Amino acid sequence: WAPLSSSPHTNSTTIMAVEFDGGVVIGADSRTTTGAYIANRVTDKLTPIHDRIFCCRSGSAADTQAIADAVSYQLGFHSIELDEPPLVQTAANLFKQMCYRYREELMAGIIVAGWDKRRGGQVYTVPMGGMLVRQPVSVGGSGSSYIYGFIDSKYKSGMTKEECLRFTADALALAMERDGSSGGVVRLAAITESGLERSVILGNQLPTFFSA
Amino acid sequence: MAAVSVCRPQCGGFSFENCKRNTLLEANVAKLGCSLPPARKTGTTICGVVYKDGVVLGADTRATEGMVVADKNCSKIHYISPNIYCCGAGTAADTEMTTQLISSNLELHSLSTNRLPRVATANRMLKQMLFRYQGYIGAALVLGGVDCNGPHLYSIYPHGSTDKLPYVTMGSGSLAAMAVFEDRFKPNMEEEEAKQLVRDAIAAGIFNDLGSGSNIDLCVITKGKVDYLRPHDEANKKGVRLEEHVGAAETGDYKYKHGTTGVLTKQVTTLQLEVMDESVQTMDTS
Repeated sequence: WAPLSSSPHTNSTTIMAVEFDGGVVIGADSRTTTGAYIANRVTDKLTPIHDRIFCCRSGSAADTQAIADAVSYQLGFHSIELDEPPLVQTAANLFKQMCYRYREELMAGIIVAGWDKRRGGQVYTVPMGGMLVRQPVSVGGSGSSYIYGFIDSKYKSGMTKEECLRFTADALALAMERDGSSGGVVRLAAITESGLERSVILGNQLPTFFSA
Repeated sequence: MAAVSVCRPQCGGFSFENCKRNTLLEANVAKLGCSLPPARKTGTTICGVVYKDGVVLGADTRATEGMVVADKNCSKIHYISPNIYCCGAGTAADTEMTTQLISSNLELHSLSTNRLPRVATANRMLKQMLFRYQGYIGAALVLGGVDCNGPHLYSIYPHGSTDKLPYVTMGSGSLAAMAVFEDRFKPNMEEEEAKQLVRDAIAAGIFNDLGSGSNIDLCVITKGKVDYLRPHDEANKKGVRLEEHVGAAETGDYKYKHGTTGVLTKQVTTLQLEVMDESVQTMDTS
């Protein structure tokens, strides 16, 4: 059996973003599949759009990479025109405009998260179809279905950065355990005014839970 | 500004009208019982590895048309720029033309910037073109090279997504080759070790995948030097046919000698032919 190039190259995924006071924490798994073959087991789905703005990509790898490249360009240009760092809401709207206009042709579920001076840490979700809504915590991708219950029960507002990182890692580990299309390593990033902290949790270091 | 028609907004980009027509044609031809000629694909095992001083790219050399081998020794490692090469799997014409187009554009870009081209630039150009054609250009590529920022290796899929990794495989034999890589890859290998690893990965594809075969080509790219080893390893040499006559061994002469079949009787009948018409037509030799 061979991976057919006719099977789309997808990031069927689990992605997540959480707001906290002073920034956001974002996380994703690292699996990209072509049919049933894992084409890349160490994918980085947390893509920088600007210095303090990231997006988490799920859906078709080609579509989301192309959209992210286009929005990075537009946002960079806009930021130079403004002569100040762009707003997260601006980035989110650029994603929404592209995803809504080409909604029939694209397969892209994106979470935009970052920090700006006006509103601090923000998470905006742009699912397939092109809706835009701000949420304190957002999950996406095929693995998200398995962790809505966990998120709803465990999330509380006013968490610190470390609590958010632990919360995200736990949620992603649970999703990766149950979803065949998610797996590999957990990539995390914390975005604040002072900068960016990226980390990786390898497979053997993932938080463990009860497994039947 | 009032628009006369709201339903058809001005759109640029590629027109996919012919793709609809093609699928209709394929369906109709199937009803008649025949089939359209298949595009020549390069079945293929291609792979690449980043090692201490650069990258090693490898490829097999079989090109297939359906279940028939169209070319036993085709070249799948294409030149992009003096420091960048690209292996191609998928539809042979697509990989050939795509790499040539990007190579040409990259040379112009290089002359314009007055710098050696970067692998990331070639990657951008390739992915943006393939995305524009929405996967209809069946080119799956392994792009590798060494530039001012060091050695880089990318895998590029027909729909336009790319992955930047230390080792990649593509093509129908990619699973076999990846198995070898996942077992033996280490970061910062020496050149000989890296060449042996790539050679073994392609060999795994050649011997375990029907779409890959013949020889192993290698391309070793380092800062300032490219070794295009074609063939690096003739893994499938054509055998020599056994013949009783030493002289006929190479030519493969299938004629039987006179006297093999015994002649019992012989009868000669001359044909009566009359000359009907004789004409001369001069040729203009001026």
